[in-house]
Amino acid sequence: MHNNAAPNSFKVQFELLLSNSVFSIDLDLPNKGVIGIFGESGSGKTTLLRVISGLQSIDNGLIQINNAIWQNNAFHLPIHKRSIGYIFQEASLFPHLNVEKNLAFSQKRAWVNKQSADSTLNQTEIYRLLNIEPLLKKWPHHLSGGERQRVAIARALMINPSVLLMDEPLSALDYFRKQEILSYLDKLKKELQIPILYVSHSSRELARLADYLVVLEKGKVRAQGEINQVLTQTDLPHYLQKDAGVIVSACVIEKDSQWSLQKVSFGDNSDSAELWVHDNDTKLGDYLRVQILAKDISIVLSKPIDSSINNILLSSIVSIQKDNQNMMQIQLRVGKNTLFSTITQRSAKHLQLEVGMKVWAQIKSVALIA
Amino acid sequence: MLTETDWSTITLTLHLASIVTVLLLIIGIPVAWWLARTTSAFKGIVSALVALPLILPPTVIGFYLLLLLGPNGPVGQFMQWLGLGLLPFTFEGLVVASLFYSLPFVVQPIQNAFESIGSRPLEVAATLRATPWERFFYVALPLAKSGILTAAVLGFAHTVGEFGIVLMIGGNIPEETKVISLQIYDHVEALDYTQAHYLAGIMMLFSFIVLFALYSLPKNRPIRYGA
Repeated sequence: MHNNAAPNSFKVQFELLLSNSVFSIDLDLPNKGVIGIFGESGSGKTTLLRVISGLQSIDNGLIQINNAIWQNNAFHLPIHKRSIGYIFQEASLFPHLNVEKNLAFSQKRAWVNKQSADSTLNQTEIYRLLNIEPLLKKWPHHLSGGERQRVAIARALMINPSVLLMDEPLSALDYFRKQEILSYLDKLKKELQIPILYVSHSSRELARLADYLVVLEKGKVRAQGEINQVLTQTDLPHYLQKDAGVIVSACVIEKDSQWSLQKVSFGDNSDSAELWVHDNDTKLGDYLRVQILAKDISIVLSKPIDSSINNILLSSIVSIQKDNQNMMQIQLRVGKNTLFSTITQRSAKHLQLEVGMKVWAQIKSVALIA
Repeated sequence: MLTETDWSTITLTLHLASIVTVLLLIIGIPVAWWLARTTSAFKGIVSALVALPLILPPTVIGFYLLLLLGPNGPVGQFMQWLGLGLLPFTFEGLVVASLFYSLPFVVQPIQNAFESIGSRPLEVAATLRATPWERFFYVALPLAKSGILTAAVLGFAHTVGEFGIVLMIGGNIPEETKVISLQIYDHVEALDYTQAHYLAGIMMLFSFIVLFALYSLPKNRPIRYGA
């Protein structure tokens, strides 16, 4: 069962024929961070999670997490022996048990972590992260959708899994519940040292949470890689076109209370880029997740002095490529940071853009996503 | 009012129904679980066999059981070879016959209850490290509780009310196989309508109370899962 030659990794390979759909998956995933699984309905997102968990059996294939093999051609580890936490689309709490007993069901079966104690969350931390205490004595059918999903997440965490599988955990919730749970997930992500597979058909949710992105299409892997790498590739599927761009972690360095703005800095300390964004009640030194979409960056040759745009950065052109929508993707370097701009072929021709040129990148909007 | 024989038939009937109910739950729960979960081709055949007593006249079942369990039947011969007595015209024979006769009344409500649970709670339990046995005892059984209660009540009441099969297998032996329904029959045969009235009235009342309680229970409330 254990193969010491294998380094830390998370591999999922299988082929499966299921009610006339063919799944052919080959993934080499990081063993921590949020792995976003994106795809339209029927693309195989849920099937992927079910195969990893063992709820969907496969005849052969390989599922390996770090040194543990859960499935290979000769061996199939039963579901209850896989160290997973599974959060379903519907909270699926046990209706015959109250919240406390739902959690106890998981707690008394929890995995004992063989590594360090600090890579796991204890009960107190989970209760605090998800604000469980006030719900303990309630019954599942007396909880709101958001509360149920918080309990379901807590229950999955309390089993102390080495992989967390989340299947569209927010899809049954309204906007405010979504925001509420998302902020819990942001906190969770920072504290967990395990891979979290997060299935969603919302690119916004994934931009907010994911570090790594897998795009599934008709049962096959269309793209996989670091989220910035996937969202800047030129053959991005059309349904992700609007999300093309980069996501950076930026530090709040200055506040301008007069105009409700804050200055954030991202990239290498010695050579960082700075942006003015609207103030969202942060403190100096806080880190924000910032998304700069390629469609929001336009290119000008001389610095405009009469523009309404706050963020105009001097940059140099690293590459010019045509994408699959016949738009030009311009890769820009600002200090040591990379940004992308999507412009029309006509504009690129008109401005006579070439690799190495110094241009001004006008950033029309910057989204603070977390 | 009630004669001593009347009383002994009442206790005998309750004794029989209790034993049969317990045995039926022990047999019926696994059968119902299998029927609710299986994708086997045998599901149809087993379902049909279990449901047969619902439509067959009790005399038909009694007749075949008599042949099967009698001195020349395969089961009868086997019993004799084991050195045990024959089952027909004994209390034990009555228990065996009642098991067949009341089986569908126990299996079907439990099967419905198991089916209405769906696969999700069991999947959740599996991802929380519950073994297949734990999933059954800690998730499936508690969630099917009301179905099992219904099954027990129906199985008990139905066994109390049987007549034809008791006559065929039991043979109306006082203190051994003479149950209430047979006693009423004897009273009517003897034109002793007053005694028949007492027992028939008790049966009416019992059956009504059981059914009333059953339909008043909040049993058919759909199981409420989370959103």
